Amino acid sequence: MSDMIRATGLVKRYKNTTALAGLDLIVPEGTVLGLLGPNGAGKTTAVRILATLLQPDEGTAEVAGVDVLADPMGVRARIGLSGQYAAVDEHLTGFENLEMVGRLYGMSRQTASARARALLERFDLVEAGDRPSKTYSGGMRRRLDLAGALVAEPPVLILDEPTTGLDPRSRQQMWAVIRDLVSDGTTLLLTTQYLEEADLLADDIVVIDHGRAIAQGTADELKSRTGGERIEVVVADVARLDDAVRALAVVAHGEVQADPARRSVTAAVEDDGAYRLMRVLQALSDDGVELLDVGLRRPTLDDVFLTLTGRVAEGDDAAGSTTEEVSA
Amino acid sequence: MSTTPTSTGPTRTSPTGTSPVRALTDGWVVAKRNVIKIKRVPEILVFVLLSPIMFVLLFAYVFGGAIDPGAGLDYKEFLIGGIFAQTVVFGATFTGAGLAEDMQKGIIDRFRSLPMSRSAVLVGRTTSDIIYNVLSLAIMALTGLLVGWRVREGVLDALAAFALLLLFAYAISWVMGYIGLLVPSVEVINNASFLVIMPLTFVSNAFVPTERFNSFLRPFVEWNPVSAVTQACRELFGNTSAAVPVPDAWSMQHPVLYTLLWVVGILIVFVPLSVRQYRIASSR
Ligand SMILES: Nc1ncnc2c1ncn2[C@@H]1O[C@H](COP(=O)(O)OP(=O)(O)O)[C@@H](O)[C@H]1O
Ligand SMILES: [Mg+2]
Repeated sequence: MSDMIRATGLVKRYKNTTALAGLDLIVPEGTVLGLLGPNGAGKTTAVRILATLLQPDEGTAEVAGVDVLADPMGVRARIGLSGQYAAVDEHLTGFENLEMVGRLYGMSRQTASARARALLERFDLVEAGDRPSKTYSGGMRRRLDLAGALVAEPPVLILDEPTTGLDPRSRQQMWAVIRDLVSDGTTLLLTTQYLEEADLLADDIVVIDHGRAIAQGTADELKSRTGGERIEVVVADVARLDDAVRALAVVAHGEVQADPARRSVTAAVEDDGAYRLMRVLQALSDDGVELLDVGLRRPTLDDVFLTLTGRVAEGDDAAGSTTEEVSA
Repeated sequence: MSTTPTSTGPTRTSPTGTSPVRALTDGWVVAKRNVIKIKRVPEILVFVLLSPIMFVLLFAYVFGGAIDPGAGLDYKEFLIGGIFAQTVVFGATFTGAGLAEDMQKGIIDRFRSLPMSRSAVLVGRTTSDIIYNVLSLAIMALTGLLVGWRVREGVLDALAAFALLLLFAYAISWVMGYIGLLVPSVEVINNASFLVIMPLTFVSNAFVPTERFNSFLRPFVEWNPVSAVTQACRELFGNTSAAVPVPDAWSMQHPVLYTLLWVVGILIVFVPLSVRQYRIASSR
């Protein structure tokens, strides 16, 4: 038994939407699977089914060899869940929250208390440990919630968008914590809207849209399908847009996308982004095309989507579309 | 942030999350959490304690002169058992509102993802609400003594009356808890429970002697469990008088037993109903 999570044909319907339309997932022991998708893709629904919080309309799922429908208690004893919204009690202190979770796992008072203190230490919450958690920052609350998921040292960990809504510093901190965890051999299912995050943390990535997987592979495989870095230029005069398209086509890997509304032209390049960007700029300058903005950036979920589906991700905040800009 | 996982895994004191023992131990852990909240948000407590004082004073001085239960019995004496019963029934609204609030909080997802007893959240809430009732009964008793109420039977009988009130309140807590899970909105709970509680407490012998009701309402009054609790308290406190005859109905002749039957009946019906509803409500 080497697959710690195995889900087959998961379907979940709501009145007006099909949240999951036949999703398969496999996470081998000791690996990290990134479930990547925009808002509303069905990530949380999948997570809730695997964590026994929700029952699928169709399909089966096993976690650590235990069937989620047949033995939900058995599954709960083997997983740690940190949901999209921190599941902590705001009136309890960090310590009280963790101790309570330990007690509810059936630990003795001493064990639960010792475990709580150890986790506060590990997650850099010692100082705040005896304050009610409603005084915590968003990042601290997420860390406390993650600590709650780790109280019983579960072999399988499920994290639903662990860094959404965090500021860049807290995000970095959370990434460090998660990398630390998986180096211990914990099996992890992680959902995210950030390609960068999946790239950094996951061994394998499943891209989902409208409740079904539309691509699967390692970060490198996905990137080679979607191209590497993006060159983007914004022209001053929309009449010169076609000239810009021609200049980018010379260095592009795949199609060049023009957006007349933004007067922008984007192209993926395979490698040597900076060098190719220079060549584009040279050509445009020789041609007398005036530019308002130039950028070289890593591909985002939007780019993956555009390449895989030919359309832009629909989520209201398909995040990461502008955050990773690297000016050239 | 150092990588120092503890060497031993969790020590499980009891194996399964479904055993009745786990329901109690887990329920106790959740109850402790609720009690901590009482300490951290003391404003709630102030209201819990002020409203019974207001009830006693209002009825003693506003209606005290208007309603005469009969010769030889002061209305305040007649009244106090009724106020006790009414207040603990109203107090059960807290259970409904508290659970409704719990269901909207993120912590419920944590509870649901743990291998803990399914009924722990309910057991915890109904248990911690006993504390509210103990406090409000104590405050009411003191206020009552100040306005002239007296315990005329033994201390043991009086304690039995309080125990009966707490038991009855506990059972009603489960009813309100069920409603709280059915419609998880604090505003709706307050209004819905009003619809149930107002007729129960006012069409009873709590404020008006049974024989003052017309013959159409009288059977309801006589078999109303709130009447039984009230009657039991009056008898155990010794606040009775020949001027207020006990109706012939079996429920009024055996108010303690009749109340206990209600308590058992309510628990048998509403504990499983609530546990089931908790499962439905928390997986929405
Ligand atoms: N309780 C629910 N009732 C109705 N629709 C829901 C419910 N939960 C989720 N959905 C819908 O299912 C789809 C998938 O939601 P979700 O799994 O939360 O997506 P994600 O986590 O990827 O943002 C969305 O269209 C969402 O609106
Ligand atoms: Mg989600």
